[in-house]
Amino acid sequence: MQFSAGSRSALRAVAGLVMAAVYLPLLLVILNSFNATTSGSFPITDFTTRWWTAAWNNEGAREAIATSVRVAAAATLISLVLGTLVAFALSRYSFFGKSTVNLLVVLPIALPGIVTGVALSNTFKTVLDPLGIGLGMFSIIVGHATFCIVMVFNNVQARLPRMNRNLEEAAMDMGATSWQTFWQVTFPGFRSALVAGGLLAFALSFDEIVVTTFTAPPGTETLPIWIFNNMARPNQAPVVNVIAAVLILVSMIPVYLSQRLTGDDRRGD
Amino acid sequence: MTATQTRAETTPQETGPGSPAISLQGIVKKFGDFTAVRSLDLDIGRGEFFSLLGPSGSGKTTVLRLIAGFETPSGGSVRLGGRDVTSSPPFDRSVNTVFQDYALFPHMSVFQNVEYGLKLRRLPKAQRRREVEQALETIRLPHVADRLPSQLSGGQRQRVALARALVLKPEVLLLDEPLGALDKQLREQMQIELKEIQRRVGITFVFVTHDQEEALTLSDRVAVFNEGVVEQIGTPEDLYERPATRFVASFLGTTNLIEGALAERLTGRPDLHSVRPEHIRLLPLDRQPAPGTHGVAATVREVVYTGPATRYAVETDDGEVLIALAGNDGPTPAATRGDRVRLEWDRRFTYAV
Repeated sequence: MQFSAGSRSALRAVAGLVMAAVYLPLLLVILNSFNATTSGSFPITDFTTRWWTAAWNNEGAREAIATSVRVAAAATLISLVLGTLVAFALSRYSFFGKSTVNLLVVLPIALPGIVTGVALSNTFKTVLDPLGIGLGMFSIIVGHATFCIVMVFNNVQARLPRMNRNLEEAAMDMGATSWQTFWQVTFPGFRSALVAGGLLAFALSFDEIVVTTFTAPPGTETLPIWIFNNMARPNQAPVVNVIAAVLILVSMIPVYLSQRLTGDDRRGD
Repeated sequence: MTATQTRAETTPQETGPGSPAISLQGIVKKFGDFTAVRSLDLDIGRGEFFSLLGPSGSGKTTVLRLIAGFETPSGGSVRLGGRDVTSSPPFDRSVNTVFQDYALFPHMSVFQNVEYGLKLRRLPKAQRRREVEQALETIRLPHVADRLPSQLSGGQRQRVALARALVLKPEVLLLDEPLGALDKQLREQMQIELKEIQRRVGITFVFVTHDQEEALTLSDRVAVFNEGVVEQIGTPEDLYERPATRFVASFLGTTNLIEGALAERLTGRPDLHSVRPEHIRLLPLDRQPAPGTHGVAATVREVVYTGPATRYAVETDDGEVLIALAGNDGPTPAATRGDRVRLEWDRRFTYAV
């Protein structure tokens, strides 16, 4: 498409503004984590690394991070297995109700988190609790897995049709059993899509707050919930800034990797 | 693998000892309502270069996949070297396939691709290395061992796919339009190479193609497929010179189909006959008919110079348009548009089809 010089600079300006609106506040968080005053007043006059030390030694924050990592890891693992299975079922076989299943699998990502949260919370409290399965780590993990699956499913499902089925026939032709064919030929073909989906699922679970609020038992805090609970406390606010700054940097890694991976395969095809 | 030392020059009449390499009996293959292959009987001898020729959708690829074991027939039996393999999976057949798109594993190097089947057979590492190197030597590509398939040219990929199948020393090699993706020049070069390799390794090649010229060039025998039926099986010369059906006559090269009044005048019977253009000579109208020939008066309608030969479209006095092809060697009695000529050809070139 061709643009005139005028509309080109207008588009540039708009793009710049949007980017600024997204990233300046994030930059502010990182700067504030070095701000010596507790009120976070601006412009910053005194720089300090005091809050970073405080955050490092904060028991609550450490525990919350550990909880978040455990939940995200478990939810991601569940998503990898189930998401891949569903993707294979839906792209390689035809069966009654196929498009309905497809919709039902993807729906949780679009459902408001609060609906998922309330629904799960009610289910656990009224149905599962009497059976001995109350709110706990398990309920948080299940809650996260409902939408994390979609990340894996979408990535793998997008890859499968682009894979060459002849490769599998070639492997069988040379003497591979179905099992060997899957692991040695099919799996390497969608491995990067799986990793990309897994990284996104992990990132999604790691910053989830709404569903977690409804599925976490009292006293269990994931990192986002810990931040939410502590940002209002004046003496904790600077520590929250530090944690937020760390999260910004840390969450960039999986997204960057996932983008790199999906790009890679396109070249490899 | 044993008993594969029969030379490629083996003609179908003298196929090696024992049973044929491939024997299909009463094969039927249906996909839902569609019948891809109807009642096929076919024996392919050991060491033969056998082509399955036909337009797309004629069932030739289905037959190849039935031999490979990717499809199970709806009826009939498949025997390989006398053993019934009708319901055996692909990995249980001493048959390997070269796929149309080569199907090289993109995440493995050329070496690993060729090694894959040997690894599945749990051959010791040193032996695998030796055999892979030898296979790459055979296709004259020892220097690409460490490259990925995406770093190879089309012709190189084709040869690697061939090496990957040959390294397993199958009794039968199946080739599914392996030259289809190559440009004309490379294709002709690969045809020669394929033929050479087949002669050297001496195993049965079953070659699927829709290119009649390719089939005629390469094959010991050809089966011509049309709509799930084999129209004719024979040597290239059989098919070209003595086509059994109208389809075979028109699918292999250009031919003149004559029937009705003209056929009756020439042969005494109004049935369908075929005369190849290159057998028709253009002579002056007043020339006395030579003995043992068929002749007819005609007017030249079109003259097309094609390099080695000139093609004439001529119209007989009954209004039938025939094509004649005359080599551009020596002093041709160059007819021009509108000339009255006498068409003449040996009687033996008029075939009832």
